[in-house]
Amino acid sequence: MSTDTNERIKGKTPLDRSDERVRHENSFGGTIRAFFERVRSGDLGSLPVIVGLVIIWTVFGFLNPLFLSSNNLVNLLFDCSTTGVIALGVVCVLMVGEIDLSVGSISGFASAMLGTLWVGQGWPVAMAIAAAIVVGGLFGALYALLYNRLGMPSFVSSLAGLLAILGMQLYVLGSTGSINLPYGSAMVNFGQLLVMPRWASYLFAAIPGIVWLVIGMQAIRRRREANLSVASTGSVILRAAALVAGLEFVAFYMNQTRGIPWMFGLFVCLAIGMNYALTRTKWGRSMTAVGGNREAARRAGINVRFIYSTAFVLCGMFAATGGVLAASRLATASQQAGTGDVNLNAIAAAVIGGTSLFGGRGSAFSALLGIIVIQSIANGLTMLNLSSSLRYMITGAVLALAVIVDSLARQSRASHGRA
Amino acid sequence: MAETDGGIIPAGEVVLSMRGISKNFGAVSALTGIDLDVHAGEVVALVGDNGAGKSTLVKILAGVFQPTAGSISFRGNPVTLADPSAALALGIATVFQDLALCENLDVVANIFLGRERGPFRLDEISMEVRAWTLLNELSARIPSVRDSVASLSGGQRQTVAIARSLLLEPKLILLDEPTAALGVAQTAEVLNLIERVRDRGLGVVMVSHNMEDVRAVSDRIVVLRLGRNNGIFPPDASNTELVSAITGAENNSVSRRAIRQRAKQETAGEKRV
Repeated sequence: MSTDTNERIKGKTPLDRSDERVRHENSFGGTIRAFFERVRSGDLGSLPVIVGLVIIWTVFGFLNPLFLSSNNLVNLLFDCSTTGVIALGVVCVLMVGEIDLSVGSISGFASAMLGTLWVGQGWPVAMAIAAAIVVGGLFGALYALLYNRLGMPSFVSSLAGLLAILGMQLYVLGSTGSINLPYGSAMVNFGQLLVMPRWASYLFAAIPGIVWLVIGMQAIRRRREANLSVASTGSVILRAAALVAGLEFVAFYMNQTRGIPWMFGLFVCLAIGMNYALTRTKWGRSMTAVGGNREAARRAGINVRFIYSTAFVLCGMFAATGGVLAASRLATASQQAGTGDVNLNAIAAAVIGGTSLFGGRGSAFSALLGIIVIQSIANGLTMLNLSSSLRYMITGAVLALAVIVDSLARQSRASHGRA
Repeated sequence: MAETDGGIIPAGEVVLSMRGISKNFGAVSALTGIDLDVHAGEVVALVGDNGAGKSTLVKILAGVFQPTAGSISFRGNPVTLADPSAALALGIATVFQDLALCENLDVVANIFLGRERGPFRLDEISMEVRAWTLLNELSARIPSVRDSVASLSGGQRQTVAIARSLLLEPKLILLDEPTAALGVAQTAEVLNLIERVRDRGLGVVMVSHNMEDVRAVSDRIVVLRLGRNNGIFPPDASNTELVSAITGAENNSVSRRAIRQRAKQETAGEKRV
């Protein structure tokens, strides 16, 4: 029986369903219908990137069966984590409609700091990491200062930062050019070897679905108490079950060989934390508002400068964290760290995942999905023994495609009256 | 032309008093020496031609612009409205003409923007209930408060903006063209609402081009012309009086048009004879 009939029997309409002109989908079938309706009107969410991922994996799996092997996918997860954390920071600045082009340089400088402070100066590793992350945040604070006080577009200030911070990285590393991190240290093991034990991976894979179920049921109960319409219990349970099943399968497949890297676990935790902050806190609401309509946010009494500052500082800190992780992944702090495609991969990951370049639309999970797409392409092409020239061209084409899909979807949303 | 309060004795204490407010944008003087008093429990209508400075005055009160000169006192205390949050904190709520809504957020998020419940764990359910209560008080026709504002019509957006201004239980409410985009029924609802707000002892400042609405609810009509005070009228002042104060002369385009129309009718009448 649908909830609609229930309410009619009780003789009270929910507070938000008193307008009889609007069609509401309450039943489970209705939820699916509403989903297709949404997609048709251009509210694609993460659908394009998931479809893209399926295509990419099918093609590469067909060309080289080893691509889909458990061992290779574990490798992929290791590689995703470093640039993925940087992409999380990029999501922050894109949410407010700004950009940080220097995330690659910040990550490179962070790895250089880790190398010099930890190996060179003999600092404890935790302090060296903390120092690197704080300095990353300071770079972000500088961009925020230039933006808020001098009105300097972040595009330009971070472009200048890209060069200046790269220079600082080269200066810090000095004549040797690279510092090797000690093999066998916890730091390097974390970046190269450490995976979750079987039981832990199955446990962690179950948690998101269970949390989803608990929160969903709680929301249904509280909404019913408040006399608001509720989602159907069936759809909540089914979604939670699908989430658990999907993640357990991933864990199972990864556990065929090495298992799920702790580093990837850290990345996912950061992504979940960012998602919570962006969607469930006042700060996140303000970020979305500033990205959507800066003047409206200002008039609503939001401290717009503070919001910009937090976005830039967080971006710098995530970039530095990504740099530290990259150093531990490669077991070295070199002049090449953070150069080349790191910068653009991080930005492209956020955009491919569905975060708008124009602000106000995005999600932390777009960094997760986007970086998996980009690393899959890179990894797949490397396995086909294709040169990096082709890799760049194909990644560029995929980025262009993602932006085209985003633009088309935006036009469709506009004509269907959706934001 | 009425230079005093038009002989009306306002009801309550003075909520807001502005003295000698001026605002320059570069070489342009948008406002010059504006005086304005608003009492508790009265509706003051601000009227004037395009470019008279009505919206600028509202934005100064809302803390969006800072006046170049002059003083503002609120409930007897001199205040500076340095930014919108300062105005909000004092109890001055504003509905802007350009509504200032975030199109990418849903209705609930817009109503509670800047004052969400539960800073670290948004209380979506209580916010949604409060949003529906506010909207139902306004007899609003909003299909779903979980749709983004981009999907709403102009009138629905206006309603959302008014609902938002009432959230904080303000002492003074500023409405910039509140009925411009509304249908007949919604206009009546908004006018009813303005009266309800006034009867609760709040001061209301309303900017409008619609003389019918202005007469319907206002207690005093303050006319601005080219950024200066140009008279204060009772709501039953004649149209000619108001129009000449707004346009600045007895002989203006409105009166000339009226004369022309009359002449045309007369000649038409003569031809028929």
